[in-house]
Amino acid sequence: MAKKLSSFAGVKSNLLNGRSVVIGVPYLWFLLLAAIPLLIILKISLSEMESTTISNMIDWRDGWPKLTLNFVSYQFILTDSLYYKTYLSSIQYALITTVLCLVIGYPFAYFMARSPKHIQPTLLMLIMLPFWTSFLLRIYAWKTLLVSNGVINNTLMSLGLIDAPLPMMNNSFSLLVGMVYSYLPFMILPLYANLSKLDIRYLEAAADLGTSPFKAFWLITVPLSKAGIIAGSMLVFIPAIGEYVIPELLGGSSTLMIGRVLWDEFFNNNDWPMASAVAVIMILLILLPMALYNKSQADQLEAKA
Amino acid sequence: MATAPKDLNKPAQEVLLRIEGLTKIYDGNVKAVDDVSLTVTKGEIFALLGGSGCGKSTLLRMLAGFEIPTKGKIFLAGDDITNLPPYQRPINMMFQSYALFPHLSVWENVAFGLKRDGMPTAELAERVEKMLNLVQLSKYAKRKPHQLSGGQQQRVALARSLAKRPKLLLLDEPLGALDKKLRETTQLELVNIIEEVGVTCVLVTHDQEEAMTMASRIAVMSEGSFMQVGEPDAVYEMPNSRHVADFIGNVNIFEGIVDIDEPDHVTIRSPECIHYVGHGISGHSGMAVGVALRPEKIMLSKDKPETEYNWCEGEVIEMVYFGAHTTYHLKLDSGMVIKAQELNNTRDLSCNLTWGDRAYAYWNDLAMAVLTN
Amino acid sequence: MNESMNKIFAKSWMLLVYIFLYMPIVTLVVFSFNDSKLVTVWSHASFRWYGALMEDSRIISAVGLSLKIAFLSALISVFFGTFTAFALNRYKRFKGRTFLSSMASMPLVMPDVIVGLSLLLMLISAQHLMGFPEKGLFTILLGHALLGTAYAAVVVTSRLREMDAKLDEAAMDLGCKPFQVFILVTLPLLLPSLLSAFLLTFTLSFDDVVLSSFLSGPGYTTMPMEIFSRARLGLNPTINAIATVTIVVVSAAVIASSFYSSHQERKRKREEAQAYSNN
Repeated sequence: MAKKLSSFAGVKSNLLNGRSVVIGVPYLWFLLLAAIPLLIILKISLSEMESTTISNMIDWRDGWPKLTLNFVSYQFILTDSLYYKTYLSSIQYALITTVLCLVIGYPFAYFMARSPKHIQPTLLMLIMLPFWTSFLLRIYAWKTLLVSNGVINNTLMSLGLIDAPLPMMNNSFSLLVGMVYSYLPFMILPLYANLSKLDIRYLEAAADLGTSPFKAFWLITVPLSKAGIIAGSMLVFIPAIGEYVIPELLGGSSTLMIGRVLWDEFFNNNDWPMASAVAVIMILLILLPMALYNKSQADQLEAKA
Repeated sequence: MATAPKDLNKPAQEVLLRIEGLTKIYDGNVKAVDDVSLTVTKGEIFALLGGSGCGKSTLLRMLAGFEIPTKGKIFLAGDDITNLPPYQRPINMMFQSYALFPHLSVWENVAFGLKRDGMPTAELAERVEKMLNLVQLSKYAKRKPHQLSGGQQQRVALARSLAKRPKLLLLDEPLGALDKKLRETTQLELVNIIEEVGVTCVLVTHDQEEAMTMASRIAVMSEGSFMQVGEPDAVYEMPNSRHVADFIGNVNIFEGIVDIDEPDHVTIRSPECIHYVGHGISGHSGMAVGVALRPEKIMLSKDKPETEYNWCEGEVIEMVYFGAHTTYHLKLDSGMVIKAQELNNTRDLSCNLTWGDRAYAYWNDLAMAVLTN
Repeated sequence: MNESMNKIFAKSWMLLVYIFLYMPIVTLVVFSFNDSKLVTVWSHASFRWYGALMEDSRIISAVGLSLKIAFLSALISVFFGTFTAFALNRYKRFKGRTFLSSMASMPLVMPDVIVGLSLLLMLISAQHLMGFPEKGLFTILLGHALLGTAYAAVVVTSRLREMDAKLDEAAMDLGCKPFQVFILVTLPLLLPSLLSAFLLTFTLSFDDVVLSSFLSGPGYTTMPMEIFSRARLGLNPTINAIATVTIVVVSAAVIASSFYSSHQERKRKREEAQAYSNN
């Protein structure tokens, strides 16, 4: 069904103004705050740090910004194996987080979508409630839980189940717990939105044709929820690569995450070109998943039309 | 036609709507409306009839102002409104989905257009009152659309579209959303209200029954142009092409060659039988034509007719029982299957034909329409 | 596997996930009433840390700043987000549409650190060029507004898509000029989603650490920035106290609005059903 609005034909000259405004305003807004900053970050990454401040970040010559390409930062990144390992490690953690969120979240979304209709809003609200409370505070809460003298260890020890505290903090375990914890709602929501709209009649038809429920799930439900799976995965994977707060609070020296590297380069080393170069490479890495996400969203839109 | 007979002694009605060469081409050279011209007189109910994609909705939208024609002009009461925006045209539309404003009450929905005109409060209240009475919804004035049934919502939509006393009322598939029973009663009500108000109407529909019962004139549309324009009985009984004949109602079409061509009668030979048509046609001997015969004009009998013409013989291969009438599918010796419709005018069905019976189909010499295209 | 076993499996799975989600929150709240300075070792219950909270001027001013910024950025976000939603949903073809659409979804998926860094560098360039803006409240506001606009656009878009396109045409048919259509028909129907967008962007702004850190200036510390710096140093019971306050306030709001909207939904369904019974 096409919900296309008419082109308000007869008011062309009049509405051209209205149309220009409605399109122009957000266009300028995002141009200024999203597009241009990305260009600037590219430019900075190709420059060199002079003492501790950047005096002329953009050299204007003959009315055009001067472009001297200085690959110092990039050379450093590409030669120093630590950067390479960190990028890899970030992608790995993001990938594991995504998979874990999918494994935990898909069944959850599925069961939620199959629950009695009148309970679903409450179930949804209970999932969303933690989302509305501060993310930072909840990560901090995991600190209190996982630390050597934290709640979990203390409880287990006082119950006599363990002798020495479990090393659950400042390592991959704590990092992943924090990541999965934060990103789980982002996986569940798109999946739920998709699964709840799934017509149960497909499954009934399958059963009618002799398919077992198990097979029906894999052959019908999963493929039909593909859009939700992609949306959820992208909403987890992409930001997870560059995550800063969780590795900082729950990770340790062994958990290499590129978000922390960027932060440290900027705040601790004051090396803006280096931070920018790190960012640019990160952007290049997530361009493909981002394109995938945009395409999936656009396809969904067309399918509805 | 559900309307009362027109007063034939009145002078020719004034033309309200005139369309000249209206064309709408979308990108990719899709011609939605192809060079359409038309006049609609004041007080007429004019139906645009056609299947999906024929251009009727596009034409309607151009009248309303939601699309700008690529070529051509539209004149309303002599004024050129081709390029006027919808809110400047003295035209109102009743949408298929009603498009009632969900956040406004029935009263406010009807008053909406009047408020935009800046009508003084007392006059406005009076007008809204009148409109609600017209559609018998005064008791529901304070309700919101979601608190009304489908039929009630439609009446609100109608009241709203008539409130401003438009010169032209556009109806987009007015009965489309209603079930059959409701459709029949609503049809009559709708026409009565429209005639009581005296507004000129253009309606768009894919349902030929709707068109024929409600309209005083029909245009059968296909692929952006008019196939035939005329009063319902003219279009039905005298279709000018196979397309029109087939589109409206059911029809059997025999292919044949004109044999004898006289000013007052014609005979046509076809593989199944010889047709004797009791009027002249514009054609000549030897011409290939189609003979259109509607099922209700065909009578069936177990006995062979005595005339030489206008009958054929076949086997009943199918019977479709509609309650009030039955349609028989007769397979003729030539292989062609024709449909014949008989009224069930007795409750004793045992004397009727049944599957496998051999029967004769016959008709009179004015029952056919000769098609040259 | 039979039907009831499936049900038990389903319910247990869901319960476990809920426990996983709420355990930290519950812990936070419980231990905020713990008298001991060692957050996780229980001594006895007291309101000690709440008292400390009230005297903690740094946190209080940080909360004040965060509330101010959150409110303003939510307003700005809803404003620009609505424009964005209209531009992308009402006009199917215009130059740079894909560009606008990608830019508008960029803040949603891009890691915060990149958004923060790029925006900061842009603002500093602007400062060199034009002498303004100074790093401080305004710059933080811009960052939050950018993020918020992207989210608000999503919320408004989903509502716009649901709305019957014919309503606009009906309004115009009855004499409304396009701007009037917006004010009289579109806006009233959009109001609930504008409210949702406001609440969402308010929360995002209030909660943000990374953008604020990049974009703030001396003397401007938001609540999350304050909490973050304390949390990095270790466990701190005042954090538990402020956390509990936040959780209680937010939970009350979420639960209340949830009840309200389901009540409205039920009322509406009842009315619709009545319409069909007494035709």
